[in-house]
Amino acid sequence: MALEAGRLVSRAVARFTSLFGQKRGRYMFIAGLAIVFTVVFMAVAAPLLTPYDPTMPSGPSLAPPSLAHPMGTNRLGQDMWARIVYGARIAVFVVFTATTLSMLVGVPLGLLSAYHGGVVDRVLSMIVDAIYAFPSLILAIALAVALGPSPVNAAIAIAVVYVPTFFRMVRGEALRIKRMEFIEVAKAAGLPESRIMLRHILPNLIYTVLVVYSLAAVDAVLTEAALSFLGLSVQPGTPDWGYDLYYGKDFVLSGYWWLIFFPGLMITLFALGFALIGEGLSEMFRKQV
Amino acid sequence: MPALIEAHEVKMYFKPSGIMAGSAPIRAVDGVSLSIARGETLALVGESGSGKSTLGRVLLRLYQPTAGRVIFDGIDITRMPERKLRPLRRRMQLIPQDPYAAFNPRIRIGESVKEVLEVHGVARGEEAVEKVVALFERIGLVPGKEFYNRYPYQLSGGQLQRAAIARAMIVEPDFVVADEPTSSLDVSIRASIIELLEEFRKRIGQSLLFITHDLAVAKLIADRVAVMYLGKLVELGSTEAIMENPLHPYTRALIEAIPKLRIRARPKLRLKGEIPDPRHPPPGCRLHPRCPYATDRCRKEEPPLTEVEKGRLVACWLAARS
Amino acid sequence: MTEPLLVVDNLKVYYYTLTGIVKAVDGVSFSVPGSELAAVVGESGSGKTTLGYSILGLIPPPGRRVSGRILIDNVDITSLHGEALRRARGELVSMVFQNPFTTLDPVRRVGDQVVEVMTEHGVPKDEAWRRAEEIFTKLGLPPRLLKAYPHQLSGGQRQRVAIAAAVALNPKLVVADEPTTALDVIVQEQIMELLDSLRRQGMTIMLITHDIALAATWATKVIVMYAGTLVEYGSVEEVVGEPLHPYTRGLINATPSVDRKDRPKSIPGLPPDLRRPPPGCRFHPRCPYAMDKCRKEPPTLIEASPGHYVSCHLYTEGRR
Repeated sequence: MALEAGRLVSRAVARFTSLFGQKRGRYMFIAGLAIVFTVVFMAVAAPLLTPYDPTMPSGPSLAPPSLAHPMGTNRLGQDMWARIVYGARIAVFVVFTATTLSMLVGVPLGLLSAYHGGVVDRVLSMIVDAIYAFPSLILAIALAVALGPSPVNAAIAIAVVYVPTFFRMVRGEALRIKRMEFIEVAKAAGLPESRIMLRHILPNLIYTVLVVYSLAAVDAVLTEAALSFLGLSVQPGTPDWGYDLYYGKDFVLSGYWWLIFFPGLMITLFALGFALIGEGLSEMFRKQV
Repeated sequence: MPALIEAHEVKMYFKPSGIMAGSAPIRAVDGVSLSIARGETLALVGESGSGKSTLGRVLLRLYQPTAGRVIFDGIDITRMPERKLRPLRRRMQLIPQDPYAAFNPRIRIGESVKEVLEVHGVARGEEAVEKVVALFERIGLVPGKEFYNRYPYQLSGGQLQRAAIARAMIVEPDFVVADEPTSSLDVSIRASIIELLEEFRKRIGQSLLFITHDLAVAKLIADRVAVMYLGKLVELGSTEAIMENPLHPYTRALIEAIPKLRIRARPKLRLKGEIPDPRHPPPGCRLHPRCPYATDRCRKEEPPLTEVEKGRLVACWLAARS
Repeated sequence: MTEPLLVVDNLKVYYYTLTGIVKAVDGVSFSVPGSELAAVVGESGSGKTTLGYSILGLIPPPGRRVSGRILIDNVDITSLHGEALRRARGELVSMVFQNPFTTLDPVRRVGDQVVEVMTEHGVPKDEAWRRAEEIFTKLGLPPRLLKAYPHQLSGGQRQRVAIAAAVALNPKLVVADEPTTALDVIVQEQIMELLDSLRRQGMTIMLITHDIALAATWATKVIVMYAGTLVEYGSVEEVVGEPLHPYTRGLINATPSVDRKDRPKSIPGLPPDLRRPPPGCRFHPRCPYAMDKCRKEPPTLIEASPGHYVSCHLYTEGRR
């Protein structure tokens, strides 16, 4: 399935690029950034990139790729290229909203938990571990079902699922930094806790947060696609890669490959972009340390 | 002289966590009493694992002791909550061992020092910057403005340790714990760091706890020396008395093991092995498995810390008898 | 004099960094006879560590040997490459590093790590285990510790294991880079005693240290380095007992010691930036005796008395 393929491809690429040697971190980061920017650009500039309305028929039904319709048309005669560029809007919205939301909740909680320790830490860790124990996709599906199908709810469902990732990474890293001598010195100098957390621990976490953000975004892309594939995100007919993938699957055996190839490719590329950013950043960061 | 800081029967046990959870606690400090007078420098000497750094941190209340009491300027701070401690923290400061680890790598040196002034409301903004620059100039980080704006990695170890001392001293504390401030530096610049500490002490008149494993350095700065082994105090006395006539075999071994400037000066007293696991200290005198003079009594009974002459305490059966 | 075991001839090792060429070792020559414990003494940035690594052909990038030869037992190690160099490391020369807490692999038994050194050089496995047991006993480690993991050992025991791995193939020369800096004084004394006993059995030890008192106590020869150059070399009696170079004297004067009555005095100023070393004698900005000549001409190494070398203009004109 496209989701699994996305994971496998991004992993394989990460392994392949690891052969580049010295500067691979920066190359991966730049390549990833280029992919993600392209997708964001598609979403923002969609009307400029295609003359067609993605929800209206604009040609013959099930036409293969041609000059007029570079990615072909679907059964309703809608232009696939138009659906891809407009579909980027949903993907970009859901992925950035979900991951940012996740970060905004997970980072402060992780910091709080690490700094305070004791009961606060134990309770937070317990809740988070409980969430973490669920298979993430199944949890996202369950939440999306409970909240009702809409892109906003899909984003919330995904956000909840990735809070533990931010929480755990930030908590672990903050615990490591907290043990460093300059934190003890700051404490001995009489600096208040809030200041130590915000001014001394948090800035040292920025790289970690960026890496986790990109890697969580990879999963968010794939989860968003999965949710709309299952009809838990957009209204039927809305241009969306996951929905189109679902819609096109029935036609594959009849030879209409373009119906799922392009949506699948976009999902994979978008996920790959974030994966490259994350791997690149962590590579660059490792070297810096 | 009235005591500024006192420790009464302080114990600091650490419960092992993680995969070691449930095993015996680490008895880092195991019943230590001492006091430091106003304006006095006490050197706390011992090997790593003796508990000397832990005791220093208990006195600063960075750790809350498992048992015993800590009195600072007549106030019992043993169980004082952090919130109430904060105003007192201006009056007690820490100089750490590794100056590279002691500064936030992402913050300019000057800002790190200024921050201490600001959180204690001593000075703010431009005024605080000026104070930091002036102090930098005075301690040899010249030009001060330039050092103010540097990042930790742009300074040498010696310069960074000067900045760390500046950070501790800028709020003119009454009590300073210096935790091996010279051991990560080249031998050749240790003396200059000691001189700097001395200068501050003369001007501010603070009490200093100087933690070290090097008696050659302790000799330069301390009024009195306290020797720790495996969480216990084994000897305490004036620096002169300890250096001239060490009574405890451990103190003697520490003095003898230090390399001398005399050619091929080999120690006469050698201890066997290394400091044992502080989770399971040996019975009787804790030094007995390593001590060449150990008797049956040493293996069974723990020698008490007894005053052999005025201000001179030692915990050894042999020294007590003589 | 007997055939020297180690000859370093006009060695120059530079680091090519983005901000300039760091002349870490800049024309160093000396020779050490066999069965000596030669201490290389200097402050951070004197080039002493680079010198030690060069002797094993282990210069970390972006460093490069610009010129010079290094002979160990008449083998020119600078001419060796690849497999031959790998074999020479261990069989001819080996190294003990500063921090015994990081030099051993934490997830493998220490015995395997010592044995590996031998099997990698063609010693059959059972023979290697037998020899490892012998070496452990010789170095004061109970052979049962061969089965231990590094975390089960104390700092001193770990450094003994590191020394066991270094001497497993019975090399002619062992370079020890600050082997006791991470250890306490009592353990330091034990480790130095061990290195000294290896020397008495015929091994040559090169001890890299910043502590001239450690050199005074244990070394037979002392090499003093300053800012990438050798400033004084001779027997410990000469260099520590009758130091000639103002820097050596300054170093001795700056060292705290339990047996000195006066207070140590540090040398004013800082070692120079090795990208832009001062002209003439590199020590002249900090030297109380600096003359005009010192600011212009670099001094050459002269033999002030038999076996006692110094690089200082105070002695080149036949006056003290």
